Amino acid sequence: MERKKVTIDGNEAAAYVAYNTNEVIAIYPITPSSNMGEWCDQWSSENKQNIWGEIPSVTEMQSEGGAAGAVHGALQSGALTTTFTASQGLLLMIPNMFKIAGELTPTVFHVSARALAAQALSIFGDHSDVMSTRQTGFAMLASNSVQEVMDFALISQAATLKSRIPFLHFFDGFRTSHEVMKIEQLTKEDMKQMIDEQLIFEHRNRALSPDHPVMRGTAQNPDVYFQGRETVNPFYNACPGIVQDTMDKFAGLTGRQYNLFEYYGPQDAERIIIVMGSGATAIEEVVDYMSAREEKVGVLKVRLYRPFSIKHFINTLPKTTKFITVLDRCKEPGAAEPLYLDVVNAVTESFNEGTLPFAFPKITGGRYGLSSKEFTPAMIKSVYDEMKKSNPKNHYTVGIIDDVTFTSLEFDPSFSVEAPETFRGKFYGLGADGTVGANKNSIKIIGEGTDYFAQGYFVYDSKKSGSTTVSHLRFGPKEIKSSYLISTSNFVACHQQVFLEKMDMLSDAMEGATFLLNTKIAPEHVWETLPEKVQSDLINKKMKLFVIDAYKVADEVGLGGRINSVMQTCFFAISKIFEKDAAIELIKTAIKKTYGAKGDKVVQMNFMAVDKTIENLFEVPVPEKVTSRIALQPAVSGKDVPAFVMDVTAKIIEGKGDLLPVSKMPVDGTYPLATARWEKRNIALEVPEWDEDVCIQCNKCVIVCPHASIRSKIYDPAVVHGAPETFKAVNFKSKEYGEGLKYSLQVAVEDCTGCGLCVDVCPAKNKREPKYKAINMVEQLPLRERERANWDYFLTIPELDRREINISSVKDSQFLEPLFEFSGACSGCGETPYVKLVSQLFGDRSLIANATGCSSIYGGNLPTTPWAVNKDGRGPAWSNSLFEDNAEFGLGFRLAVDKHNLQVKNLIAKHASLLGEALVRSILDAPQKTESDIYEQRERVAELKGKLAGILSNGYDPAIKGELEHIVSLADYLVKKSVWIMGGDGWAYDIGYGGLDHVIASGKNVNILVLDTEVYSNTGGQCSKSTPRGAVAKFAAGGKTGNKKDLALMAMSYGNVYVAKIAMGSNDAQTVKAILEAEAYDGPSIIIAYSHCIAHGINMGTAMKNQKAAVDTGYWPLFRYNPETEEGKNPFKLDSKAPKMAFRDYAYMETRYKMLTKSHPDVAENLMKQAQEDVVRKWKFYEEMASEPAAKKDEVK
Amino acid sequence: MTDLKTTYLGLDLKNPLVPSAGPLSRDLQNIRHMEDAGAAAVVFYSIFEEQLEHESLELFHHTTQHAESYAEATSYFPETVEFKFGPDEYLNQIRRAKESVSIPVIGSLNGKSVGGWVDYAKQIQEAGADALELNIYRLAADMNQSGTDIEKEYVEIVKAVTKNVTIPVSVKIGPFFSSIPNMAQQLEKAGAKGLVLFNRFYQPDIDLEILEVVPNVLLSTPMAMRLPLRWIALLHGRVGLDLAATSGIYTEKDVLKMLMAGANVTMMLSSLLKFGIHHIADVLAKMKYWMEVNEYESVEQMRGSMSYIKSPDPSQFERANYMKALQSYK
Repeated sequence: MERKKVTIDGNEAAAYVAYNTNEVIAIYPITPSSNMGEWCDQWSSENKQNIWGEIPSVTEMQSEGGAAGAVHGALQSGALTTTFTASQGLLLMIPNMFKIAGELTPTVFHVSARALAAQALSIFGDHSDVMSTRQTGFAMLASNSVQEVMDFALISQAATLKSRIPFLHFFDGFRTSHEVMKIEQLTKEDMKQMIDEQLIFEHRNRALSPDHPVMRGTAQNPDVYFQGRETVNPFYNACPGIVQDTMDKFAGLTGRQYNLFEYYGPQDAERIIIVMGSGATAIEEVVDYMSAREEKVGVLKVRLYRPFSIKHFINTLPKTTKFITVLDRCKEPGAAEPLYLDVVNAVTESFNEGTLPFAFPKITGGRYGLSSKEFTPAMIKSVYDEMKKSNPKNHYTVGIIDDVTFTSLEFDPSFSVEAPETFRGKFYGLGADGTVGANKNSIKIIGEGTDYFAQGYFVYDSKKSGSTTVSHLRFGPKEIKSSYLISTSNFVACHQQVFLEKMDMLSDAMEGATFLLNTKIAPEHVWETLPEKVQSDLINKKMKLFVIDAYKVADEVGLGGRINSVMQTCFFAISKIFEKDAAIELIKTAIKKTYGAKGDKVVQMNFMAVDKTIENLFEVPVPEKVTSRIALQPAVSGKDVPAFVMDVTAKIIEGKGDLLPVSKMPVDGTYPLATARWEKRNIALEVPEWDEDVCIQCNKCVIVCPHASIRSKIYDPAVVHGAPETFKAVNFKSKEYGEGLKYSLQVAVEDCTGCGLCVDVCPAKNKREPKYKAINMVEQLPLRERERANWDYFLTIPELDRREINISSVKDSQFLEPLFEFSGACSGCGETPYVKLVSQLFGDRSLIANATGCSSIYGGNLPTTPWAVNKDGRGPAWSNSLFEDNAEFGLGFRLAVDKHNLQVKNLIAKHASLLGEALVRSILDAPQKTESDIYEQRERVAELKGKLAGILSNGYDPAIKGELEHIVSLADYLVKKSVWIMGGDGWAYDIGYGGLDHVIASGKNVNILVLDTEVYSNTGGQCSKSTPRGAVAKFAAGGKTGNKKDLALMAMSYGNVYVAKIAMGSNDAQTVKAILEAEAYDGPSIIIAYSHCIAHGINMGTAMKNQKAAVDTGYWPLFRYNPETEEGKNPFKLDSKAPKMAFRDYAYMETRYKMLTKSHPDVAENLMKQAQEDVVRKWKFYEEMASEPAAKKDEVK
Repeated sequence: MTDLKTTYLGLDLKNPLVPSAGPLSRDLQNIRHMEDAGAAAVVFYSIFEEQLEHESLELFHHTTQHAESYAEATSYFPETVEFKFGPDEYLNQIRRAKESVSIPVIGSLNGKSVGGWVDYAKQIQEAGADALELNIYRLAADMNQSGTDIEKEYVEIVKAVTKNVTIPVSVKIGPFFSSIPNMAQQLEKAGAKGLVLFNRFYQPDIDLEILEVVPNVLLSTPMAMRLPLRWIALLHGRVGLDLAATSGIYTEKDVLKMLMAGANVTMMLSSLLKFGIHHIADVLAKMKYWMEVNEYESVEQMRGSMSYIKSPDPSQFERANYMKALQSYK
């Protein structure tokens, strides 16, 4: 049968079969599996039918634990049910997995295998997660490629029904889940053929039903539990055979024969690698290469890992096997890895039973590919070479340099087995320029328009603003098994000329390769602008150079910075894969398919871009001599760069992190702060420039800057010297800090992301030309050098004494040094201004528990961190535990701090006579309410430590030595600590709500800051319980129908929780006030902060207007509920005024609402009316709350 | 029995009261109320080609701008199969109105390109509109564009549309032509059947506090009717176009004056926004009463009776009128 060829990624392949063969799907977003759920949700909203003509029910849950529970329930009720997950999400499903397996319930969980958070979180692929479930009783089936993902999704679905054993079908996160590959698509008929309907009826007959009731899920005692556990053995014994039968049946249908274990290589091979996952295909390439050179090597791919059939395994190995190396893509510290143990066990058991068909082989184990670490032919060859040695390493690592315990194998990075007939192109782009999208289209065009095999893989950096992308495309007549990045390329495209000074992108270009450059420089002058290394590579490698001004073309047709269609056309024009006209036709068809839904105008603009490209594409002759003196820029520069930053951070920034040896890495995941300042990213084309004559010194631009790139200082001009000529300073207009002070506002132009929020909020306009304000966007490049010097000078100006600052005012609070700066958050981020403000107000004495999400990524994703320290070395101590447990994690901080505090207080009271009664009394009685109080307490503690040092060195009673040392160790806890628990709404409203609720009910002094973007921002805008009615989000494609949860009201119901709702863009003074009050309140506090987000589909540069509008409609009322309010007064204070605009006027400023009017206009209208009613009702409720003083307070008592 | 019937764009109307293009017609319930209150026809709110295009580009920009930039989130919005950027919503509203009321429904269109004008006009016709009002909006801010160029554009649009639709087409114009009668004649030749006088352009304001130019939509005042009154009087009987009066029509007296000046219909919006849709019934009743008291038999009888060509003193409508008015003020 002729089947359709599709070019899709692994996630889509799995979702396709899962959707078609299930009735109920319960999901929760987690990288890299989120897309599987998103596909199903989309298909369901499009009313696509499964193979039985039904539309599966897709439900988003509040956590993976919730999803597993829902799956368990739906299975028990007889529905064919599935879910998708990865990493910690899979771990949250484990309790239910035991239940589901224990009850012999057929289901398939599709898992894009991902690393587990250990010393650090990683979103990338390895088998740590799936290996953690091997004891649950689930069968485990591994796919190694996108085709296999689709095939095994079906095989596992068929086998689970037959065997009654639940299946975990897994494939490598990113490498397979996100790799775009041309595959043969299974038909609905294929699926129908494979699924035995009788088994579905049996599954339903076993379901819980009041019409034939049973009970399941009993509790059992020592007398019978054990026996009960053993009842399932026959099912597990039968399972491998069932899977093999299913594979055979599948082969009959499709011609693709799979086996439980598959051997690849010559039949007389002696050295065998045992492996699971995508690495196997790369090993096959090396086996081909080495076998052709008469090396006796082979690879055994494990398909069905659980139940592990020893018989099948042993029988699959060549009879000539002498040496087995088992490669595990996970680590089990302190023990051998799981696949290795299984293999050792299998061989040993077989040997003991006398069924081993060869002499007992040598068996070693190695670890590779953790967190998507590259696994290349070079590494694979070193594994085979190691097996030839007389004393080979065991339990080794491959792919890293381990200079601590010397586990690693050496390999030759230049070794390559790339097929010469395969095209290999690398494309360097900016996230925002559409490069990846265009390349996904290109590979689909090639995959579906030719007989070629085709593969696309895409690498992103970890920044959310100004991120770079590298697309790796392979295609050609030979099957592509290269499950690793392109090592040698014959085409390189640079979509942004600035990259040339940052990346050595032609180093892996082959001789005769082509280089395509997007540049604004005219073709005749472009050579002069290329760095020396680029010129020499072009000459030495006899490369061809093509240039285009894609920005000009895109701009002319109205596409702005979206140069994707232009660059894509260039690629096809140069590579000549198709005839010119055919290529243009194919590109246009792809454009129509991609953008058709977004309107004809968009399609036409892209068509015009394609048509205009050819005439703007030029080949530039490569001269014979290098003329350039432009060198690659160092990743980190500047004075006094810390050694760690130079040795480690800089290497990661340069893209050379793979070369860092183990010894350079901290042993326990502990990293220094204040490293973002060394990473001068220069990503803004335009930056703000201060007009000191117009400025009214309000500091609004400072408070709103998401990246702490605009700062102000006031200072005595007598204490500063050597200002650069262009450094600006004016007289400070206020007198409260004394006479004759200067005020300077300085922009860190190299750290600015160019969002423009500062300009938008600036209230001061030039009276002669009001289009100019006190701060205006100007081109960055001409200012760069000048402002770099000014910034460096600005940093030398002393910070104002914190004791003198009136921190309760917006203006003055901004003279506090930010201890959160230059994060990798999105340009114009709505969260970071709040985070930065907290760092300014309390950063030098705070501990921060950060839920996983955007804030943990821009706060803690290597290479650098924005969390910083002050001149005294104090700053926020930050940590991320998990997504779901952040409130509890932060409470743990508080419990420890309080315990330490109590302990040291007791000890100093006990030893007061020795330490000085007056000093101890003043320490114990210190109010610590103001900055001055804190300062004085620190002074006292310093005095205490001094005294202790004297006592301990000059003689003391040995009986109390231990206690005195405890005082030394705990003395810092005598100074008040501020515990902050931060995270997004996905955490606070959904996955972490149970914990958050418990923590605020605890009465403990913690401060919770909910950065409420109303969606799961970090994973791509999935719906949360904070998502408002009427807004579109992933998993709510048809508009959220339910109302937003009122977390504040729930928190207020306790009566002893400080609760505030804030929106900086509406009322920055209320924001500052609420944060100060929350921290001052000696009990739990929760602040819910309106945080605009790119997932709202808005102009981020004017997003503070959206915040204001949200408040002006009454949708986001500003209020504070302070349990410490004076007796008889209402603790609830409404800080915003009655609604003065309609909800829709705010909502339709944002794409998340507006897009529904274009996809489901009637639904949109209906939801908008309901949303307005919600606002009116809620406002009335809050208004009443605010107007009933004593009664309310009495009630909550 | 006083006969209130009139004709407009070849449509037989039971009276001359027609709500003009505006936000009220977005709600089907309002259209029903208009009919119940006695409106003889309804002009729909305008559809703006430029706005539809803008919405499409805006959605494209915001849904794609951050996509494929970051490993954890390759997109931020669900892929919707299709957005409806065309005039679908508008056309559906016309269809629904046609099903709900028996009075004629007149579409209103503001295009951007000639192709857009024609395409949308055809779709509005297909949706069932009884007539079409072209809301041509050209503000001559470009120094390089002459008055003739602008007039030519109007004519081109009208020609292109009338060639492609069979329903009658009227043109709503602003008062800023050097010669309105000449322009009216050109539009008639181009195929227009009616003229709507006048379009009230959006008048920006300056906010002194924030130093920004701000939109400030003001309802028309009764005084505003003087401008169309004059030009309707001047055009009546001299061009073959039906005339619709709009701007500043609040009372039955305003309606009567406009009819006497020569209007086929009078269009109200500001007064309906201010007093409610039931205001139509009030004006209608009072108009009928006035006609009965003053023994007018029909609207047809009074139409144009005070126009330039029929009034006792036509020079009142000409330039001299200005001089006299000043003198009489003394």
